[in-house]
Amino acid sequence: MSDLSSAAIPPVGPDDHVCGEGEEGVLVYADLACPLCAADWPRLRERGGRLVFRHFPVASKHPRSPALHGAVEAAGRQGRFFEMVDSLYADRGRVDDPHLWERAERLGLDLDRFEADRRSAEVEARVRRDFESGIRAGVTSTPGIFGLPGLYSYR
Amino acid sequence: MIAVGDQAPDFSLRDQDGEKVSLSDYRGRKVMLVFYPGDFSPVCGDQLSIYQEVKPEIAEKGVELVGISVDSFFAHKAFQEKLGIDTTLLSDFEPKGEVARAYGSYLDAPLGFANRALVLVDEDGKVAWTYESPNPGEFPGANVIFDALS
Repeated sequence: MSDLSSAAIPPVGPDDHVCGEGEEGVLVYADLACPLCAADWPRLRERGGRLVFRHFPVASKHPRSPALHGAVEAAGRQGRFFEMVDSLYADRGRVDDPHLWERAERLGLDLDRFEADRRSAEVEARVRRDFESGIRAGVTSTPGIFGLPGLYSYR
Repeated sequence: MIAVGDQAPDFSLRDQDGEKVSLSDYRGRKVMLVFYPGDFSPVCGDQLSIYQEVKPEIAEKGVELVGISVDSFFAHKAFQEKLGIDTTLLSDFEPKGEVARAYGSYLDAPLGFANRALVLVDEDGKVAWTYESPNPGEFPGANVIFDALS
């Protein structure tokens, strides 16, 4: 049984999804089907410093979220995590499976591996791990943004 | 807010399907009453959506979530469908806010709706724990529920 009681935001670890350099930056709990996250994403990408992405799919609100988070996690296993996130946020109207396959091909991914990975229990567990850490930290909406390095409330 | 240890006032309200639901129906089980201001407001939608995502884990703790607001049961049905949730929503509609008043969460005019509050009622119908938001614009994260249940 998962423990979802209050806990601090886990510090950035080696298996987090991180782009950019430096101590300063932001950590974001994001939902890939959330329009507010999509609106903020370009600003977060361009602000410089380190950017840490944590999965926070709210499936009841955005039914495609689990599939999209599985897709980026699977892309990440082939080294193209942030490219897939960029792609999904940039074009939110095409998120069905054939669109995901198109995106995977465009990014040069091994499609069979992408398909197997995005539906795997390991990927599902990895996404859920981030989600649960956000719940324990009191994230109540997306994007949930925290400043680095201190993980202070960003807004 | 109602005090911990008090007997939780019984009520009989219509759910989103128009069926009468009473607090006494839950006797022998724990129920978390989720008072919220109103259907279709952005914050209320976020709150119920987040809780939906951890509903199985709340159920594992032997607790059922029940939402209560002053909206009609027709509005509850539409709100439930919009959010894609299956949490029972009760209509504290007529007399307006009577149950929220009994639990001490009602905000008088000009607001005229319940403040965001959580009330855990135990198996014996007693108030086991309460939480009231500092204002209707803030809601307790799901972690607060699990803190109460741990």
